[in-house]
Amino acid sequence: MTTPIPPQGAPQGPPDAPGPTRRAAIQRTAASVAALSASAQAQLVPIKPAPALMIPPAARKNPMSHLLTTRLIVNGQTHELQADSRTTLLDALREHLDFKGPKKGCDHGQCGACTVLVEGRRINACLSLAVMHDGQAITTIEGLSTPAAATDKPPTTLHALQAAFLKHDGFQCGYCTPGQICSAAGMLAEAKLGMPSHVSDDASGNLGGNQLMLTDEEIRERMSGNICRCSAYPNIVAAIREVAQQTGAAA
Amino acid sequence: MKAFTYERVTSPEAAAQAAVATPGAMFIAGGTNLLDLMKLQIEQPTHLVDVNRLGLDQIEDTADGGLRIGALVRNSDLAADARVRQRYPLLSQALLSGASGQLRNKATTGGNLLQRTRCYYFYDTSKPCNKRESGAGCSAIGGFNRLHAVVGASEQCIAVHPSDMAVAMRALDAAVETISPTAARRVIPIADFHRLPGNTPHLETTLQPGEFITSVTLPPAPAGVQIYRKVRDRASYAFATISVAAIVDASAGRVRSARLAFGGLAHQPWRVTAAETLLANASGDAATRTAVGEAVLKGARGQGHNDFKIPLVKRVLSQVLVQAMQPQPLPAVKA
Repeated sequence: MTTPIPPQGAPQGPPDAPGPTRRAAIQRTAASVAALSASAQAQLVPIKPAPALMIPPAARKNPMSHLLTTRLIVNGQTHELQADSRTTLLDALREHLDFKGPKKGCDHGQCGACTVLVEGRRINACLSLAVMHDGQAITTIEGLSTPAAATDKPPTTLHALQAAFLKHDGFQCGYCTPGQICSAAGMLAEAKLGMPSHVSDDASGNLGGNQLMLTDEEIRERMSGNICRCSAYPNIVAAIREVAQQTGAAA
Repeated sequence: MKAFTYERVTSPEAAAQAAVATPGAMFIAGGTNLLDLMKLQIEQPTHLVDVNRLGLDQIEDTADGGLRIGALVRNSDLAADARVRQRYPLLSQALLSGASGQLRNKATTGGNLLQRTRCYYFYDTSKPCNKRESGAGCSAIGGFNRLHAVVGASEQCIAVHPSDMAVAMRALDAAVETISPTAARRVIPIADFHRLPGNTPHLETTLQPGEFITSVTLPPAPAGVQIYRKVRDRASYAFATISVAAIVDASAGRVRSARLAFGGLAHQPWRVTAAETLLANASGDAATRTAVGEAVLKGARGQGHNDFKIPLVKRVLSQVLVQAMQPQPLPAVKA
């Protein structure tokens, strides 16, 4: 049994006055909680200035030395940001450029929730510095769907993988889903190029190539960098299998 | 993560020079291991030298019929290269058995050789570790040591090298090409590249300060069947408990020559020439296989939780040798 899925891009009010969103509500709540605790703190103890411990002496002399300008082409649009050298690609996307699709799960490259495509190839955005990608093209989950018209307002045409994840119920909480879908998009491209996997290669060095079949075993192996704590794996595999068959990646 | 300055270099010479120009500088390539360690403040470089745009991302044929692999060739590209898959399937299999698709798209050939151990105590900064702090002590000895070394270890460190790729390269007799800050170039046979821990477990390779890996060369493809067999705790995306890399040239039930390298056993990819000699012009029967296994594990000592590795590696080696001597290799067995 699956729960009926509400239509995508359901109107939320006139374009100029969008209705309440979950994110806006959370942000407002968080802001008022922060304001409350700040005012409570102000009455009790003076707020200490931000500690300078993290900035080594060399940087204090020249505080700009750790600030770097990076140009990223995200989903086709060029963005420029000034950020500390430590800023990961994931934090640049989420905190500087407001692309909240890539998720921070483990922040150590183990869970895959942060997966994005860089120059068409999937990587863990948490294990890369933004500055290392200066001038490169990044695709996040927000960039996989196609806007219906020139405007970027909904409704949009979902990417085949997005539609398949909905159809097959390829998630429960949904936190890993943007990473799963971006990873699957990168994986299908790799498979189309005939790139081998641990389960497709054999001792004789069989090249696979056009004969590559994306069996369930192949999909599971190639998607092993994406963890789903809700364990929606059977449905994730079903969604990817369907798209692989539609697009001919599975032959 | 501690603060650092950042620089992008445009030549291997400049990279090596930049690495010694600033005390505490480190190279960054894929960053998949370094950034992980920096977030935990196990690595604290003051300056990062970004070597990603040096053009060292090509795989070329060498004059002697081997391959030269640029240090910045990504693991996924190396594993997928048609020449590697045809002539060095061992290397392709080893690469594909490591990490995840996302990580292999980022991790580089040079960086993979330099990745650091996944010993739990190396990662746990609340516990002493001689690798992190010389003389602090080893928490793995007498602690949880299921993944640790059974050969080549010392009283200071029982960590293992985590790379699959390096094990295949050890069997293939690869060589590491480098450039120094004075622009001197040298070639380090892979056998001499990774150190045993001894009294200096913090020194993991024979690279000198600032010395930069430019490429890895493979000699012409060896005769025989190549097999990489990895045993791990889950079917995918896990470091080796143990692994066996075998190149076996055999026909009609007799082995002409064999090369064997092992992962998960030591602080370096493990290879024992005396064991390989036992297989030269030998039958490869059960008694021979047992003797070879004994020779590989000569002097082995378990630490408690990892005792199982000693019989395990002998059995897996025996199975790999049987497979290698089949007239036609079986499909790869998933481990």
